[in-house]
Amino acid sequence: MAVRHKSVETKYMEERDKVLRGLRGLDRRSFLKVLGATMGAVAAKGLMPPHSFQLITLANAAPDKAFETKGMEGKRPFSFAYISDTHLYERTLNQRFVRAAVKAVEDVNALDPQPDFVLFGGDLAQLGRRAELELGKQILSELKAPVKMMVGEHDWFFDMGQTWQEFFGPPNYSFDWKGVDVITLMSVHEKDFWTPLKMTPEERMHTVAGLDNGTQSRFMVGEDQLAWLENDLDKVPHSTPLLIFSHSPLYKYYRPWNFWTEDADEVQEILRPYARTTVIHGHTHQMLYNQIHNISFYGMLSTAWPWPYAPEGLPPLTVQMNRADPFDQFDGLGDGQFVVRPEGLVDTIYNLWDRNPVTVKASYLTSRGRVDKPSAPQFASY
Amino acid sequence: MRPKYLVGILCIASVGLVASIAAQAQTSSNSATPASHPPASQQSPTALLPPKPQAAKSEAPKNSPSAAASTTSNAPAGSATVTNAAAQTPPTLGLGADDGGRMADPELANQAGFPHDLYRWVLPVDNLERPPAKIGLGRALFFDRRLSADEKESCSTCHDPEKGFTDQLPTSMGIHNQFGKRNAPTIINATFNILQFWDGREPTLEDQAKRPIQNPIEMGMPDEKTVVDKLKAAPEYQKAFMEVFGHAPNYDDMTRAIAAYERTQVAFDSPFDKFMEGDDKALTDQQKRGWSIFNGKGRCMSCHGVNPVQPMFSDNRFHNIGVSAHNKDFVNLARQGLKIVEEGGSAEQIDKLAIQTDLSELGRFLVTKEPHDIGAFRTMGLRNLLVTEPYFHDGSQATLWDTIDHYNKGGVQNPYLDGGIVPLGLSEQQIDDLVAFLKSLTSPRYADAAEHEFAAQLARSKTDRPQRDVDAATGQKGRNDPNLSGPFGDIGPDQDQMKEDPALIGGN
Repeated sequence: MAVRHKSVETKYMEERDKVLRGLRGLDRRSFLKVLGATMGAVAAKGLMPPHSFQLITLANAAPDKAFETKGMEGKRPFSFAYISDTHLYERTLNQRFVRAAVKAVEDVNALDPQPDFVLFGGDLAQLGRRAELELGKQILSELKAPVKMMVGEHDWFFDMGQTWQEFFGPPNYSFDWKGVDVITLMSVHEKDFWTPLKMTPEERMHTVAGLDNGTQSRFMVGEDQLAWLENDLDKVPHSTPLLIFSHSPLYKYYRPWNFWTEDADEVQEILRPYARTTVIHGHTHQMLYNQIHNISFYGMLSTAWPWPYAPEGLPPLTVQMNRADPFDQFDGLGDGQFVVRPEGLVDTIYNLWDRNPVTVKASYLTSRGRVDKPSAPQFASY
Repeated sequence: MRPKYLVGILCIASVGLVASIAAQAQTSSNSATPASHPPASQQSPTALLPPKPQAAKSEAPKNSPSAAASTTSNAPAGSATVTNAAAQTPPTLGLGADDGGRMADPELANQAGFPHDLYRWVLPVDNLERPPAKIGLGRALFFDRRLSADEKESCSTCHDPEKGFTDQLPTSMGIHNQFGKRNAPTIINATFNILQFWDGREPTLEDQAKRPIQNPIEMGMPDEKTVVDKLKAAPEYQKAFMEVFGHAPNYDDMTRAIAAYERTQVAFDSPFDKFMEGDDKALTDQQKRGWSIFNGKGRCMSCHGVNPVQPMFSDNRFHNIGVSAHNKDFVNLARQGLKIVEEGGSAEQIDKLAIQTDLSELGRFLVTKEPHDIGAFRTMGLRNLLVTEPYFHDGSQATLWDTIDHYNKGGVQNPYLDGGIVPLGLSEQQIDDLVAFLKSLTSPRYADAAEHEFAAQLARSKTDRPQRDVDAATGQKGRNDPNLSGPFGDIGPDQDQMKEDPALIGGN
């Protein structure tokens, strides 16, 4: 089925033409309407003194009376921070990524109060080398709060996870935290494409690190791990909130860039009985969020580079962040926090560097966008 | 023009466009909407511009943009009276010898780089007309010390024409010898600033003029009424205000007159402007090398952008370049600031905080209360730098070499440092070239003073360089954190030298 999708440029020019066309031949009433809209747009673009403080205060959320719902008495929200997708080269080769990773560590260490733990979202190294993983380990060791590690494809495919497991333990695991069941998945397995092609480890790693190539397979959780997940959830009652950490999105966003999990439907099926489930993923390097049935999905920011939005497949709930400034090495990047509410749903704070933080609430996702829409970015998406 | 600034200009321009189109669509009805300019603060309901003293109705030419803009200007804001816009001759907005005497110094308009189109958009709708009488009144007010509480300070005290319309002090001194926290910016080209002050807390020159007069450290007048009473007590002002505005002195009109005078102080007549016009000999070879560094390795263009349409050397945005992090416990200051400004602040409160307290170092944050504005200050223009020393918002750097050393080492590390600030790796020769280029941005009227200052700074640059840090500049040294086994220094790629793509080098 051929889908004709428009480029960002085309969409922008069409919108602009529409606005300018609409300005001609106005009567007084419509003129005032357009004027209002224009001034609103001007205000939204930050040309007038804005807006609110609530984004900050949420970060230091004290226990809130509003959270007291039935069965939740006495339960407090807890928060954890994240740093993701650092893509470290060796220190001498690309010091910019090192600097960004250190900046993220400083951000998290400066949080007051400190989060319960820090999730590392995957892709610690860029090319899976031991030196890169060692450097990442060293940088993350500066964090004050305990760290939960998650593996990404850039960490894995040079030596199929040997060094990663030596440093950080098993790639999938689960634990209970304050009444929430937390499961970390290894969701970037790939069907063996390298053996038939007789690839060296370097070639395999370079292939996986690329985009828009048909050589590598799509990411998957894999049958073994699906069985493990089912087994792990066997003892967990359906009323328990679930928190799933995964590097790939666990839904199907854009196949050519592997913003995609091949067995996403199976995973979602296993998670379906759990009314309050949140998936937190890396890999996409952008502000991204989605709701599919009972599952809320949050994508984490990267510290290394921002991805543009894919030309198709973007979840409609996502309010796009604006394009990164090429002169600003930290623009479009950052770290963030998740606030797990007493009932088990999750709000997130995107701590964008060089931009204002953006809060996305669970209520926005679960209401399918009817309430609590996140603030618009300061500049246009294009 | 970089995309983001284009959006900003497009927004401002589009609102003006909307207004002018609307004006054309309504010839005889009352265009009561104060359309052309976003902030409401400058729309004074009391300011009724008098009709021109003309008996006959003259047809306003519909097609010229100046006519369209003037029809809105002649419509009083919020007034219910029907104004036939066509009855009044629209003032021309063009500048130049045929300006009809609209500018007090017509030769200023004939400058090589003058942005005529942009000038039209920066004039607020209620102060479009600039007859010589208004400019003369504004000049008189600008130099009038009676506008201060002790009658010793005028606008020109801190914005002295002989000193590039600054006071050449690190921070300005006001009444009773009190010092503020901020360096006085120049008036020259200030009309092109989208926001005024280092932290952008006022949008126009009219609004800006209101602040120092009432600031307790600067000119110290207690309130608007005191100022107006003083003006009313002076017969020459009574006469001048009546002639220009058609009624007795009031505060808003006073600021309009001052702003009208300030708008005559523009400078686009430097050797650099002639070079941009096509005179290849206007810059020396060293200055041309400096211009190349400005565009390339120095990364100056990313914030101090300049092009023929927008020759301002500023992106009109706010950046934390690490100056405020020099001596302060910055993060704690930010926490303090968060608490205070959370309780809301009027324009007067923010003005006081900016000038009088340590929180002044938080810059734009005091206005927007957004975390990424902590320690951020407006990108200032770069013209006539050699008569507007010392530099930065706190006047902390005495010479241009100091400012470039600051950028060269990647500013001073702090959590809110703008991501565009990176170590540059400029060599001594390249720094000298860059300063030589900055010298070429001097207007002829300041050429002599600039030569003196340049010689003094050049001599000092050989012996005294407090900001210099070669290790940081060349990426040898990272942050000074004993807990980090560093160095984690970095340096942007050298565009001149780079032969291999760094992304392909890794993984051997």
